[in-house]
Amino acid sequence: MSGSLPFFRLDPLTRRKLQRFRSIRRGYVSFLLLAVASLLSLAAELLVNSRALIVRYEGQWYFPTYGAIHTGREFGLDYDYEVKYRDLRARFAADPSGRNWVLLPPVPFDPLENCYPGETFRPRPPDWQRRHFLGTDQINRDILSRLVYGFRNALIFAAAFILLTYAIGITIGCMMGYFGGWFDLLVQRLIEIWSNIPFLFVVIIIASIVPAGIGVNLGVLLFIVVLFSWTGMTYYMRSATYREKARDYVHAAQVLGAGTSRIIFRHILPNVLSTIVTFIPFTIASSISALTALDFLGFGLPPPTPSWGELLRQGTSNLQSPWIVASAFSALVIVLVLVTFVGEAIREAFDPKKFTTYQ
Amino acid sequence: MDPAAASPLLELRDVRMHFPVRAGLFLRARRTLKAVDGVSLTLQPGETLGLVGESGCGKSTLGKCIVRLHQPTAGQILFEGTDLAALGPRALKPHRRHLQMVFQDPVESLNARHTVGEIIGEPLEIHALGDRAARRRQVLALLDQVGLPAGAADRYPFEFSGGQRQRIGIARALALNPRLLVCDEPVSALDVSIQSQVLNLFLDLQRELKLSYLFIAHNLAVVKHVSDRVAIMYLGRIVEVAPADDIYRAPKHPYTRALLSAIPRPDPKGRRERIVLQGDVPSPIDPPSGCAFHPRCPFATDRCKVEAPKLRPTPDNPAHTVSCHYDLPA
Repeated sequence: MSGSLPFFRLDPLTRRKLQRFRSIRRGYVSFLLLAVASLLSLAAELLVNSRALIVRYEGQWYFPTYGAIHTGREFGLDYDYEVKYRDLRARFAADPSGRNWVLLPPVPFDPLENCYPGETFRPRPPDWQRRHFLGTDQINRDILSRLVYGFRNALIFAAAFILLTYAIGITIGCMMGYFGGWFDLLVQRLIEIWSNIPFLFVVIIIASIVPAGIGVNLGVLLFIVVLFSWTGMTYYMRSATYREKARDYVHAAQVLGAGTSRIIFRHILPNVLSTIVTFIPFTIASSISALTALDFLGFGLPPPTPSWGELLRQGTSNLQSPWIVASAFSALVIVLVLVTFVGEAIREAFDPKKFTTYQ
Repeated sequence: MDPAAASPLLELRDVRMHFPVRAGLFLRARRTLKAVDGVSLTLQPGETLGLVGESGCGKSTLGKCIVRLHQPTAGQILFEGTDLAALGPRALKPHRRHLQMVFQDPVESLNARHTVGEIIGEPLEIHALGDRAARRRQVLALLDQVGLPAGAADRYPFEFSGGQRQRIGIARALALNPRLLVCDEPVSALDVSIQSQVLNLFLDLQRELKLSYLFIAHNLAVVKHVSDRVAIMYLGRIVEVAPADDIYRAPKHPYTRALLSAIPRPDPKGRRERIVLQGDVPSPIDPPSGCAFHPRCPFATDRCKVEAPKLRPTPDNPAHTVSCHYDLPA
């Protein structure tokens, strides 16, 4: 009718809420910081990587970051496994002609490699000369690198978690509220029973019976966590749907002859969505915490996947090397605090009391 | 207007709407709330039937039964001969085009997140009438018909006043070219000065589009202005039906007389005896036996306590029906 792309045409109510959000400095700045950090983590390979960004060798350009593996022989070295670009850079730098050079990312370590091959495995303190800005962990891996890639893993996990739990929770909650009656009663009882199953025990059990071939990877972990968390959204959706269903504009749509899906997707959901948005930051915070907790206990992502929980565990068993636990702890605290600020700001900006009138 | 002359547009036959009152551990329905308890009415094409009663008498519930927001517990709702009460949702959809509703609260009855154009165009979309351009034209035509500017189509309801929002609601109800509009207290939520504007709009539209109205209200002065015939409702039952003038000039039922005597009259000299009814309206969960009005009726006899009267024509005017065992003196 008016406006062919409903997503891009925000109604004035939503626009006002976004303006209010922008006016809450603390939340807005936190949001910007988190957004920048997330975007940077998506481009982590360009900033924190043992692969070079650009290599100029014998008149040719190479861009190894996202491409295929280059063997040592391609660059004049005498081995067939992947070239070590830091050593290559040192080699080219020693060459007086200067026609070959290597450009490495600012932090030239990746999260899985042993930075001190041949030496003992022990944590080493931060060494800015060598670009180990936060030091190395107990098996010689760079901590900053593990933090950045661990952050990315946590973000991916959080995004997928939210998508899945909200999709399932909103759908089922809405159905319960809309259809009511026996369906509602039955599903409510099922949800009650399901949400009383102790989550951690089940994770431990599943972790021990999953066959070694598949392993507990991100997908399996996500599946288990979503399986026990989808019920959270149904409570709010169910009561919100009941409430909206009793309002006159839904009655008007019914008298006009609107079908169930039209009423749910065009009438009820848009009016309920603004409050659901206020839940998202807190769900992000809880999913990051959940993943970290699982990894800390050892039931999360399998080693050597970089994760903050694993770093915390290392840190707590190596308290004489405080840089490990300090990095992980600070990172976690900073991110969770920023997310909480954003959540508070969204909640205040989208405050239903200011934007809904009930007669 | 002789109700038996032409075939009626809408005929209600003994419509009942009972809600179970659930209580106790297993939420068993021990009692029922009889919101509508045996209503029979006819509505001719082109006429306005006013439906009057106190709050809680069941008139809004009756209106909702007619547009099938509720499924009546018993009875028939014959619209142009088809019983709407017996139809399932899918069979009902084509019939919905002929029967629409205007709601009481102009703020609540419009979805705050849709533009006015989307709100008015929604019925056209639901029934797949015309392509996008044609619908847009129709929306603009409807806005013009209810006296709103064309620019309103791209604005949101909160940018409009109560009276304008009610006009939007009316435009939406007219979009499908209905023959009957059920108006559920459409002006009760508006300022008095706006009420008259909207009422005149109703009258103009009726003339232009040959509509029929079921006009539900509790304000007797408003009802007198728009109605051809008036039905008085008490505790889920109709107690009197008559042409508008007759009801106001010569009411036959004691309840109607009490209601009319309560209308304030701005005449310092005119003094009419104000009939004050004893007691409160009984609860529809436990309606009194026999005539529902007998506990408060100054003329009640033993027969009234036992036997429920039926709507019958009065001796001097067959168009005037009353539900009382006796014919009261003027």
